[in-house]
Amino acid sequence: MDAIAGHLNYWLIAVLFVVGVYGLAFQDNLLKKLMALNVISVSTIAFFLNLGQKVGAKAPILPGGVKGGEAAAYANPLPHTLMLTAIVVGVATTGVGLAMIYRIFKHYHTLEESEILKGMRE
Amino acid sequence: MTEQFPALIVVAPLVAALLVPLTARLSLAVTYCLILVSLMVSLTGALSALRYSLVEGAWHYYFGGWPPPWGIEYVVDPLAGIITSLVGLFGILVFFYSIPFLAGKEPREKGYFYSLYLLLLAGLLGIVATGDVFNLYVFLEISSLAAYALIAFGGHQGVVAGFRYLLVGTAAGTLYLLGVGYTYAVTGSLNMADLGNLLASLQSSRPVILAVALIVTGLGIKMALFPLYGWLPDAYSLSPPGVAPLIAGVMGKVSAYALYRLLYFVFKPGGPVLQVLDVVGWLAAAGIIVGSVMAIAQKEFGRMLAYSSVSQMGYIALGIAIGNAAALTGTLLHIFSHAVAKGCLFMVAGNGSWWGRRKISEMAGMSKAMPLTSATLVVASLSMVGLPPTAGFFSKWYLLMGAVEKGSWIYAVILVISSLLTAIYFFRVLEHVYLKKDPGASLGTPAEEGRSLRGWELAPSMLVPTLLLGLGILALGLFNAPFVDGLLKFSLPWRTW
Repeated sequence: MDAIAGHLNYWLIAVLFVVGVYGLAFQDNLLKKLMALNVISVSTIAFFLNLGQKVGAKAPILPGGVKGGEAAAYANPLPHTLMLTAIVVGVATTGVGLAMIYRIFKHYHTLEESEILKGMRE
Repeated sequence: MTEQFPALIVVAPLVAALLVPLTARLSLAVTYCLILVSLMVSLTGALSALRYSLVEGAWHYYFGGWPPPWGIEYVVDPLAGIITSLVGLFGILVFFYSIPFLAGKEPREKGYFYSLYLLLLAGLLGIVATGDVFNLYVFLEISSLAAYALIAFGGHQGVVAGFRYLLVGTAAGTLYLLGVGYTYAVTGSLNMADLGNLLASLQSSRPVILAVALIVTGLGIKMALFPLYGWLPDAYSLSPPGVAPLIAGVMGKVSAYALYRLLYFVFKPGGPVLQVLDVVGWLAAAGIIVGSVMAIAQKEFGRMLAYSSVSQMGYIALGIAIGNAAALTGTLLHIFSHAVAKGCLFMVAGNGSWWGRRKISEMAGMSKAMPLTSATLVVASLSMVGLPPTAGFFSKWYLLMGAVEKGSWIYAVILVISSLLTAIYFFRVLEHVYLKKDPGASLGTPAEEGRSLRGWELAPSMLVPTLLLGLGILALGLFNAPFVDGLLKFSLPWRTW
């Protein structure tokens, strides 16, 4: 029980991740697949942010001339910075994906993957 | 200027990628010059960094002057040097090759196409040059995103192939990122060299085991390791023929490089990595056989080549899994021999599709109409099968030596069987090209209008890269001994000299 309650946030992230993978694997609609992909990347982002979280820590900003002091008193900014990049990557991926979905729909008039594959083989 | 070379390898194509869509609207000549100059700068940077690393040791470049482990560093050691040189060289050859295929397009479209092309190259070069695991993720996504969009240039089937590749590829990137997250949680570092030191004492901790599994799965998808190769046949065979040689030739190899770099230079074999390598070995062996069998079943030449890539990437993964000096040399040599041979074969496929010959049956009698392309096809096929003196023979020989040295007889048997299977499907193609009569008896008409060539079988900018890669296969085979002793020996994870 403690293993679950002590790391509840990580368990929830794991659930989110699995939901995303499920959607990616078992949804037939391409738009839903893209949304599932976003769920997966959100779960990863949440995972990193939880790693960088520290209760009662100060923001890692040092005014000019002030010496740092204890590093333990400050939050680690790196995971947040990394996730800023990961969010940008996610936005770019979604953008490219949506553009492709638009072109697929214009040609095949459907977004169901099984029907598109049928149309492709003809 | 010279001290900036490691950065220029990546920055030159990246800057050009941003400028090309603008200049393409003004003047195509200027655009082509700009692309060529940026690719030349990048290749020069790669070659001189390689030279430096052989003489002085690895070239460390700190971005913004921040030393690692805080800042991002580029590390060009002999291993990164030879792979960046390979990618840079491919970049130039495939650029020339792709020009005729875009002949009918508007300047605006050409601009976007080459912008994506340069982004793909910048991403691939960045993956190799960087010494930071998160930076590697960013470049992995840059190259993949550019590849998805480039594949979507291949008509309405290409868009679907590109989108399906996007779904799988992004999931793979996320798995890799999660793996990085676990290593970061344990070590607090992202720098490869620093991680290598910190992880040495943590090899059997549970987060590290999970991280290795996630990273290998992520990169395994990107390099089409069995059974994660589902995206590959469509992506390779439906991408526009102008860039297929680049995508099929070097993209998978760069992911294989990343796997090799992380497993042998960051995590280092021992503890859980050895078990993961065992699994990778069996999957690779299965992929070698399945890829070959599927290739035999294909009717279309490009699709046959794509399935053959599944099998050949299996060779590379198998060498990584065996993990002794001979097998790793074989893996590195196979990265080169297969990149050159498969790039060359996709150019042959592109040359065929130029004249509307896509299916193997349509290639009947091609030797009369296209003697030079057909001769190159012979050389490349022999290399794929693994007959001397082509490059493919020597890389397979090293892999076989590695398997025997380790006592893994099953791997050795699989390597031999797969060569026979490869022979079946390539000799079937050669039979059509050389022995069967062409019903049309001539080149016929080009697949699209406006493709007249005044007596040549192809435009020189397509023919010359094809022939150069064909010669490259022979050169790599004939001079494999100096290549291994002078370059690959220094790319192994431990000193053997």
